[in-house]
Amino acid sequence: MTLDISRDHVLDLLRDMIRIRRLEEKSAELYAKQKIRGFLHLYIGEEAVGVGAMHALREDDNIVATYREHGQALVRGIPAGEIMAEMYGKSNGCSGGRGGSMHLFSAERRFYGGHAIVGGGLPIAVGLALADKMQGESRVTACFFGDGATDEGEFHESLNLAALWKLPVLFLCENNEYAMGTALHRHVSDQNIADNPPAYGVPADSVNGMDVVAVERAVHNEAELVRETGKPRFLELKTYRFRAHSMYDAELYRSKEEVEEHKKDDPIESLQRRALSDGLITEADIEQIEEDAAQEIADAVEFAEQGDWEPVEEIRRHTYARDLS
Amino acid sequence: MTSYRDAIRTALQTLLREDPRVFFMGEDVGRYGGPYAVSKGLLEEFGEDRVRDTPLCESTFVGAGIGAAIGGMRPIVEVMTVNFSLLALDQVVNNAAVMRHMSGGQFEVPIAVRMATGGGKQIAAQHSHSLENWYAHVPGIKVLAPATVQDAHDMLLAAVEDPDPVFIFEHQMLYGIEGPLDTESTPPSPWKAAIRRAGKDLSLIAYGGSVHKALTAADELEKEGLSAEVVDLRSLRPLDRETIIGSVSRTHRAVVIDEAWKTGSLASEVSAILAEEAFYELDAPVARVCTIEVPIPYAKHLEEAAIPQVDRIVEAARRSVVGG
Repeated sequence: MTLDISRDHVLDLLRDMIRIRRLEEKSAELYAKQKIRGFLHLYIGEEAVGVGAMHALREDDNIVATYREHGQALVRGIPAGEIMAEMYGKSNGCSGGRGGSMHLFSAERRFYGGHAIVGGGLPIAVGLALADKMQGESRVTACFFGDGATDEGEFHESLNLAALWKLPVLFLCENNEYAMGTALHRHVSDQNIADNPPAYGVPADSVNGMDVVAVERAVHNEAELVRETGKPRFLELKTYRFRAHSMYDAELYRSKEEVEEHKKDDPIESLQRRALSDGLITEADIEQIEEDAAQEIADAVEFAEQGDWEPVEEIRRHTYARDLS
Repeated sequence: MTSYRDAIRTALQTLLREDPRVFFMGEDVGRYGGPYAVSKGLLEEFGEDRVRDTPLCESTFVGAGIGAAIGGMRPIVEVMTVNFSLLALDQVVNNAAVMRHMSGGQFEVPIAVRMATGGGKQIAAQHSHSLENWYAHVPGIKVLAPATVQDAHDMLLAAVEDPDPVFIFEHQMLYGIEGPLDTESTPPSPWKAAIRRAGKDLSLIAYGGSVHKALTAADELEKEGLSAEVVDLRSLRPLDRETIIGSVSRTHRAVVIDEAWKTGSLASEVSAILAEEAFYELDAPVARVCTIEVPIPYAKHLEEAAIPQVDRIVEAARRSVVGG
């Protein structure tokens, strides 16, 4: 099937996926060097979801994401340096070093965080949409969560409330087949996740989350329907995580063969293949993107290295609007 | 004279009238008029957009309140009772309390959450507990316990005005009490404790429903020639250490009354503050009068025996003064 998009557009999508991949690879390397600590959840393999979705949403839309959110944050416009500095724990990080890898935030870009309680971001998204509706705003709140979140009560409660109150939420389920290390068939009774939302009156669809062009189209269509109707919708993005759940994960729950099989669907390689065969791009384009990404990531690491540690005397900051002690 | 529930309703009306960002939601707050009849008539006056009956999903409607607060609104959320609020603790502890901090100060959560607390109505072990200390334990949120009609009104206004998440605990035995309500004067800071009765022989330190029992106990003690000061903590987080220590520095004796279980209670926290910061002011050990460590029983005589009563306060006060 030919890609039916412009050369510039395919370059944009490819560039952003490669930027994420290289950022994540560098993060893993820096984790091994103990520059980054705590939990680190890499997005490698799932880039098409974040890139396709972010390209489909408008700048004014709200984003609520999970702890595996470096990709969404980067494409949303948070500079790689601020993301890297946040992972270092430096005060020039996008959350001032208070959040780390799992809690990237940007008020300016309406990026309402990395949430690390599975399912906990969904009610927040419902509330943001409620605030918009009550204030007459026409924006969509896009809420990312994994297949594991669909087990949580807050998932079902949030679908119900968003449908009952007719709130403009786009629920985006990144189904990567595992809730941490528990396979879908071990944690969901009905493995067709998109079966669930219609029971609450929320229309649902699924898309191949390894195909960035398909993701962008599907998210665009869904988001515009949410905007038009003011009502919630649900989209399942079927994807796969190539790397471990976090850096602590020995991956004893799945075989190397299974991972290799999925790598044949690598979203970056498959887009490159298709764009090259359609004559939309050349090998030189890819080289240029790789070169630019390498420079961007090198600059990001430098930005993080040069950042300051927040003085311990300021530890009480940001607990309340005014210090209570 | 105004009732405690009417004072809260008056505050709700003022807020809904004056600030278009304010809306009110919770279980049965609209059509039903509120489980404690606090919000009777509000749906009719303000409509379904601003007075919202929620589904029975504490976690999600509290979370939606948090999201709406982040999104520029000033939500007031009612949770029917503290026991039910446990279903929303994830949103409270993991989102409301940490959002400002975790985002490096980029997002704030100006939400006000009200709920009923405490025992005394024979509604047993899933509707009667006092878990204010669970909330007061958590940095990032503020906790208020209005004991008077005036505070019930003023504290709600203050909570909605505050840029941080504020949790208000209304003792369920107080909704029917009556007292004067002044809506004209500037109210005192909600974050300061109040001396409800001055005395010189000992300090009875209490909050919420227990304040009234402490005042009655002080009357009893007066008949025996003992002058008890009654301190109403009012704010449970932050605690007003200055007023607590100031009172005990005058009376040199303290009995702390708390309807929670003694272990890990706010009474324990107040006692520890006195031990750490006013040890040399004390002429007797600090005493705690708390709920017996059992789930609140249904049977009337057992429920009464479980929670602090005037006689237990009087007895603890006597022991503090005469020893033994």
